[in-house]
Amino acid sequence: MAQALNSALRDAMREDPAVHVLGEDVGALGGVFRITDGLAAEFGQDRCLDTPLAEAGILGTAVGMAMYGLRPVVEMQFDAFAYPALEQLFSHVAKMRNRTAGRLPLPITVRIPYGGGIGGVEHHSDASEAYYAATPGLHVVTPATVADAYGLLRASIASDDPVVFLEPKRMYWGKAEFDPAVPVEPVGRAVLRRTGTSAVLITYGPSLPVCLEAAEVAKAEGRDLAVLDLRSLVPFDDETVCRVVRSIGRAVVVHEAGGFGGTGAEIAARVTERCFHHLAAPVLRVTGFDIPYPPPMLEHHHLPGVDRILDAVARLQWED
Amino acid sequence: MTVLDHRHHTALPGWLPGATAPRTDPAPLLPDPAPVRVLGTPALEKYDPALLRELYRRLVVGRRYNQQATTLTKQGRLAVYPASTGQEACQVAAALALGAQDWLFPSYRDTLAVVSRGIDPLEALTLLRGNAHTGYDPRAGRTAPLCTPLATQAPHAVGLAHAARLSGDPVVALALLGDGGTSEGDFHEALNFAAVLQAPVVFLVQNNGYAISVPLSAQSAAPTLAHKAVGYGMPGRLVDGNDAPAVHSVLAEAVERARTGGGPTLVEALTYRVEAHTNADDATRYRNEAEVAAWRERDPILLMERSLRELGVLDDALVQEAAEEAEALAARMRAEFHAEPELDPMSLFAHVYAEPTPQLREQAAQLAEELAAEAEVQH
Ligand SMILES: Cc1ncc(C[n+]2csc(CCOP(=O)(O)OP(=O)(O)O)c2C)c(N)n1
Repeated sequence: MAQALNSALRDAMREDPAVHVLGEDVGALGGVFRITDGLAAEFGQDRCLDTPLAEAGILGTAVGMAMYGLRPVVEMQFDAFAYPALEQLFSHVAKMRNRTAGRLPLPITVRIPYGGGIGGVEHHSDASEAYYAATPGLHVVTPATVADAYGLLRASIASDDPVVFLEPKRMYWGKAEFDPAVPVEPVGRAVLRRTGTSAVLITYGPSLPVCLEAAEVAKAEGRDLAVLDLRSLVPFDDETVCRVVRSIGRAVVVHEAGGFGGTGAEIAARVTERCFHHLAAPVLRVTGFDIPYPPPMLEHHHLPGVDRILDAVARLQWED
Repeated sequence: MTVLDHRHHTALPGWLPGATAPRTDPAPLLPDPAPVRVLGTPALEKYDPALLRELYRRLVVGRRYNQQATTLTKQGRLAVYPASTGQEACQVAAALALGAQDWLFPSYRDTLAVVSRGIDPLEALTLLRGNAHTGYDPRAGRTAPLCTPLATQAPHAVGLAHAARLSGDPVVALALLGDGGTSEGDFHEALNFAAVLQAPVVFLVQNNGYAISVPLSAQSAAPTLAHKAVGYGMPGRLVDGNDAPAVHSVLAEAVERARTGGGPTLVEALTYRVEAHTNADDATRYRNEAEVAAWRERDPILLMERSLRELGVLDDALVQEAAEEAEALAARMRAEFHAEPELDPMSLFAHVYAEPTPQLREQAAQLAEELAAEAEVQH
């Protein structure tokens, strides 16, 4: 996946001289995850800029660059280190189009390596998508396949609106063949990764492989689970989600962020409001605990795994 | 040559090259030992009389604008107005120091700078009136929206100036801030970025003594706010903020320096907020009348009138002309604010995204229905 993201950046920069990458260590080092590897060498330091260590400064500078017609792609080094830039993100990036009645749209992509499962110490594993998804004016995108990593990043950079692009960091090293010439489904469309008739697991980003694995195990146990990958939280694909839920009648939302005030609460509410008469059971959520991200030796207890997902599936009122 | 090649200053003689050696001599970056003054000094004679007259005219019109806007708050026609009364010299000099191609990044108190730049006075007030966040077209007037979160516009100025420089355009960005704003992280990040990138940007801090109720002594322990520039590697300038030609010349110099590749400058203008923070504030709780009275003696318009009359570039004709222009503007403000603005509720959904999300389409349809039902009831 890291390679696909790198190719997406490179191809976007080749095609459009307005695309500029900036962030901490993105130049000679190529980023701590090497996503910007080789970009400074190919496009020069001005287009792949090693900035001072200041996230608000990075994003605020990107705002001004976008106001002047550039398409900045900002790299935040880790999820929890994006927080100093939240004021710029919430007060300006998300609102500039609206504040100026459409006269200053900001085509900024904020790439954030996000989520846990890599044994990172404190502040390196936050799942912060709910903050971004709750902020009107931002798109929130998270790829879960190598092809989507390329396709969704290209689409995000091409978008005239700001996009928070959440890169599931534990999937960086995942491998798959893909052809960049083959277009992926557009941003805002959910994709059924696995069909099934018993229940649907609704998920995104780093939880997709866990759900697929859970579906494999369930199959062996005689339950046929569908797996739906949202791919973007904003815009949210009510249409596909509701179509699938109505046809199956049972749904579990899975994500690794805490459940309280999380995106799973929103999804469960939307599905219940729209599909109530098609539901054979309440929409359940499987999430991380409502705790600060734990130390790495304990993170496997926090992250939703196959067993926790299957336990939820078992609670979907099968008896009637 | 890339922009970044400029950041490597020559090392001082006697220092080995390396990470810890100072890269530049701090002495030339230190601010002026006393605020630069022009009025009442022989330097005034060197000024273009046309520029002096223009500064005077704008001060007078600006003062009337401040008064009228404050009155409109009392009549409930403006939701709030942070007056720049007493600070007009900073405001008009800011506008006059920029060329048409340059960008201004104002904060909430800088409406007058925006108006002085040529933005329609009523469009400049939509934020404070409450009918729109930004009434004017930022691109057309090269003026960013009035910014409410303190100092957050400063990094925008840096980014825009940086982008312009990469494009080879001789564009300078000027960010306006208050003394309180200099404590915010964004201020420091912006200064550091500007200096590292050698971006063509100028920061003007209008030190008016108070951040709402908090005096500068409780805000900063630096000798002056201009000293803060030195640590970032840019020059700091100190100027009498009630002396319009002085502010103009210091800013014009900084703008020219930025335009010709000399990098950023931090300017501190010493001035005073004569009125309360906004119409909603009670300034008697934190400062005394003697202090205000002393500053009224140093009113920027009074100082200007006295000096220009002595110099012979201000006559009764200009005084009357400026007064008439000011009254005409005030009359226009009264007339146009008297009418309720016509607002389209459906515009709520117009500019959230380039393409509304399905959720926003649904909510827009809901509001349209509510409006239709309301119209039905009224019939
Ligand atoms: C980030 C932020 N914090 C707090 C405020 C509330 N606030 C508005 S004006 C102000 C004082 C600002 O003082 P200063 O920068 O000196 O500007 P002045 O009002 O004197 O022009 C404060 C605290 C704000 N607008 N933004």
